[in-house]
Amino acid sequence: MVTYLFKRAVELSVTLFGITLLSFFILHLAPGKPTDVLTELNPKITPEARERLEKYYNLDKPIIVQYLLWLKRVVRLDFGESFSTDRRPVWQKIKERIPITLTINILSMLLILLIAIPIGVTSATRQYSLYDKITTVVVFVGFAMPGFWLALLLMMLFGVQLQWLPISGIKSLNYENLSFFGKILDMGKHLVLPVFVSAFGGLAGISRYMRSSMLEVIRQDYITTARAKGLPENKVIYRHALRNALLPIITILGLSVPGLIGGSVIFEQIFSIPGMGRLFWLSVMQRDYPLIMGLLTIGAFLTLLGNMLADFCYALVDPRIRRQ
Amino acid sequence: MWLVLIERLMRNRLAVIGGVLVIGLFIVAILAPFIAPYQPDYIDRYHILDPPSSKHLLGTDDIGRDVLSRMLYGSRVSLSVGFVAVGISTIIGIVFGAIAGYYGGIIDRIIMRFVDVMLSIPSFFLILSVIAFVGPSIWNIMIIIGLTSWMGVARLVRAEFLSLKSREFVLAARAIGASDLRIIFKHMLPNSLAPVIVNAVLGVASAVLLESALSFLGLGVQPPRPSWGNILKAGQANIEIAWWLSVFPGIAILITVLSYNLFGEGLRDALDPRIWERR
Repeated sequence: MVTYLFKRAVELSVTLFGITLLSFFILHLAPGKPTDVLTELNPKITPEARERLEKYYNLDKPIIVQYLLWLKRVVRLDFGESFSTDRRPVWQKIKERIPITLTINILSMLLILLIAIPIGVTSATRQYSLYDKITTVVVFVGFAMPGFWLALLLMMLFGVQLQWLPISGIKSLNYENLSFFGKILDMGKHLVLPVFVSAFGGLAGISRYMRSSMLEVIRQDYITTARAKGLPENKVIYRHALRNALLPIITILGLSVPGLIGGSVIFEQIFSIPGMGRLFWLSVMQRDYPLIMGLLTIGAFLTLLGNMLADFCYALVDPRIRRQ
Repeated sequence: MWLVLIERLMRNRLAVIGGVLVIGLFIVAILAPFIAPYQPDYIDRYHILDPPSSKHLLGTDDIGRDVLSRMLYGSRVSLSVGFVAVGISTIIGIVFGAIAGYYGGIIDRIIMRFVDVMLSIPSFFLILSVIAFVGPSIWNIMIIIGLTSWMGVARLVRAEFLSLKSREFVLAARAIGASDLRIIFKHMLPNSLAPVIVNAVLGVASAVLLESALSFLGLGVQPPRPSWGNILKAGQANIEIAWWLSVFPGIAILITVLSYNLFGEGLRDALDPRIWERR
């Protein structure tokens, strides 16, 4: 298992290297010096900011040297200073926003698992039943549903019409005056819609995968054996079949991390949640280049961590991989 | 062969519904100037944020433009972004996939590693970063979506090429001295197009979704050009008073994406020999 994980870690670090190359390439996308274009496109940039940027990227040196010097800084999480008026280091601005984005993504991942697995399993065990047909239709509609539109509809229903849930931010104005449990309840109320919306996209896909994975497993011989020796059907499905059917889901979950992190831009903007996604949107609107590059790199890094975690879980539960 | 395909498609009710809707959306987009009750940027100063009525069937937006007309013109934007973006991504995917699958070895490894890198970056982050540098416009959106969504096609084509490489007709072509380019494009590519076509149909759906999300964030198609996404943006700004701005464009996106998905899935089944050999 150690060798397997080591191999994956090496592969992932090669990928990470590729990501930094690509990020660097995007910065040099525009012809001429990147800073020339930046200043032309962005009237907000002062001459000093431009000078800082030129110095930061060592623009007088050959491009390979530029890249290596930039990489050397990025390794130490030094992404330069933000262009916005507060001029704070990029890493600081990102750091304080990571926890909220991660919390929402992890919660929505849990919600996906909690809903999608039972749906997938039950529709597989009742293949072609009315229930299976209905979930299939719902899944198709779910695939086609733009997440941000769902967010708007839910905001209209629960926020504007029924007034049950708040529609923006993560805390109420009187948050500081609430008791401990009041605080938790308040934050929970604010997070219901964002978590549900960000989970929604994954629900359709994962329940579909769960269904086909389950269908494949229950056709295998060992399941017939389990039934033949007289085990109750529940035990066959939930003890014997489910375990193996869950394996591919781990990989799919790992693969869905980029979508979740990328999706945070949309729902954090809609619900005005002060996380990485909204920061990204703001930085793009303000053309805050150091911040954009920092967020791109960190976002990709978090995605890789997610993939690595999925690989680790996979190795943990599948003895075949451990022994390779 | 075409007849067989159409016959199989006709047997799949959902695929037929999808196909009819796809054609219907095309007709709407083409005929938009003739069926739209108003010019898309005509401003009715006396009817700002009007709910649906006989004068404005789907209401008006925050500066008094007819929502139905803007949605009809918006369908042109969505479909053209969808098709151009998919065209770009399919061509790039075919080239990379064909080279990787045909030559194999170190070239294959480098290309597939590049595919992995592209897949592990949150594509929405990547798209937004590029937009920040080149600026949002309908053309840039098409190109950027195309450039960031070719990886699936590349993997498909590579897999097809790997299995075709040692088939007799390819070996025969090589034996009579056909060039690499001729073998790739004349012999192997036509035999691996089926999954690529399915992927392209499904790709239109996801490009339409992406475009609407970008326009919704204000980083896609720029007003005054109408797009379903930027009408929804106005919907969010007026969410407490104008439900029609948030509801109707979303339905349009949902139906478009759903019909391309249904048609694409139907096509996949119709082209899959494993399903039909069993009967």
